[in-house]
Amino acid sequence: MKKMSVDDKLGIDKFYPDELNPHIEIDPDFTDEEEIMRVVKACPAELYKYENGKVIFNHEGCLECGTCRVVSGGKVVRVWHYPMGSMGIEYRQG
Amino acid sequence: MVKKGESIVSDDRFDAIIVGAGPAGSIAALTLAKAGLEVLVIERGNWAGSKNVSGGRLYGHALEKILPGFAEEAPIERKITKERISLLSEKAGTTIEYTDESFRKAETASYSVLRSKFDKWLAEKAEVEGAMFITGIHADEMIVKDGKVCGVKCGDEEMESDVVILADGVNSPLAQSLGMKKELAQAETAVGVKEVIGLEESVIRDRFGLMENEGCAWMMAGFPSDGGIGGMCLYTNKESLSLALVLTTSYIGQSELSVPQLFERAKAHPVVAPLIEGGKLLEYAAHLVTEGGYNMIPTLYKDGVLLAGDAANMVINIAYTVRGMDFAIESGRLAAETVLKAKEKGDFSASTLSVYKQMLDNSFVLRDMKHHLAAPKLMEHTELFTKYPVMAEEIFSEMFAIDGNPRRHLMKFAMPALKKSGGIFKLAKVGMDALRAL
Repeated sequence: MKKMSVDDKLGIDKFYPDELNPHIEIDPDFTDEEEIMRVVKACPAELYKYENGKVIFNHEGCLECGTCRVVSGGKVVRVWHYPMGSMGIEYRQG
Repeated sequence: MVKKGESIVSDDRFDAIIVGAGPAGSIAALTLAKAGLEVLVIERGNWAGSKNVSGGRLYGHALEKILPGFAEEAPIERKITKERISLLSEKAGTTIEYTDESFRKAETASYSVLRSKFDKWLAEKAEVEGAMFITGIHADEMIVKDGKVCGVKCGDEEMESDVVILADGVNSPLAQSLGMKKELAQAETAVGVKEVIGLEESVIRDRFGLMENEGCAWMMAGFPSDGGIGGMCLYTNKESLSLALVLTTSYIGQSELSVPQLFERAKAHPVVAPLIEGGKLLEYAAHLVTEGGYNMIPTLYKDGVLLAGDAANMVINIAYTVRGMDFAIESGRLAAETVLKAKEKGDFSASTLSVYKQMLDNSFVLRDMKHHLAAPKLMEHTELFTKYPVMAEEIFSEMFAIDGNPRRHLMKFAMPALKKSGGIFKLAKVGMDALRAL
């Protein structure tokens, strides 16, 4: 089986994106590299990036697992909710 | 099902509101509706099952009691008749296979399932009994009056009931908001990433040596989790494979590689790669798995509220098997039985609902979780994931590889390999701990 990027994998999934309402809020001023990198490495959808000493996050493509919240222990991820009803990932296999 | 946008008569008061249409929620709804109660299930996905993911195996016994012969009708994938366990080092794998005729019997059978399809079917079963489902609506908040739960709020809409059953999954923000469940601890929580990989039915049968409709469950420890607690599991579906990597979250960051990178690396392992060769990705998913066992069971009831399934952390991972869905089904049923008793008394206080805990204690759910109390500790023997797969490789590679060089006695190469992995006493200790935990 050919190696795939996470972006390509997410491209196969079905989403109802809610562009205007990020359901996860990060702390943009948090700068501890080690902590940020743990969240970057943890997210199955690779939605967290560490760039120029800061954490960058995009909620679109979220698989709604909760791993970032558990791993960051309140540090990088400030608020974690599920998306609004009917929005977000729709699993067709499960 | 009532869809988002359609109005729900908000002054309607329900006997019970259930949050989440997974196995726990739908079975609770089915049981209550069957007994004639007015039940509302609130599901945030567009349909029951659309937010739900599992590794892929359902032990059928709990559902068999409620819906006898369910597998004849339910969208199950394959009946598991073949168990495989592998220890993987970087380049090698040692595998045990066990096939058993008795796995075909309904009482002991387990099935590979794809939850999006299976949970939809289960919810329909509850609907037929008269349970009402609203989908595409997120339950935002609990309504608590004088310390007693009496409904949920969805946006501006308040829905009231005598009792709420929270079956809203492993994160359960609602149970956390009530202080019934603590935030998941990293050392006790794993992340699971999963791919459903499409393959032709005949290819799956040939590749895994299966009869029609029969399937294989395969647990792999060692290399995939990179020395952390975890492993890989594979389940054969009808026309796809469920392949997942599970890794304890506290380990993340200790590896150079990210979780998605570790998954890709494991897929390229010489044992795994031929299994998925030619496959086509159908879906990529992620889900948290609680691994703390019995000690992680939260507060199960409070005035007007009960927790069931994943919301109550009802999962056990004992390496060769992972269970959660049978616990969800049984806890959903028992939560419903508890509500029926409370309804009879007209009292939904914590003291009446405490019978839920007693029933769970006497059921296989908490009995089995208690029985495997030592399993989380066993997993902390990291030799299982690091040194022992390498030891197996060193012994078997010399046993099986014939290259014309002088042969050595087993003793000559097995003993040093054993010593390198921590020695015979350490192995005996791990073995004894395993015997106690499993």
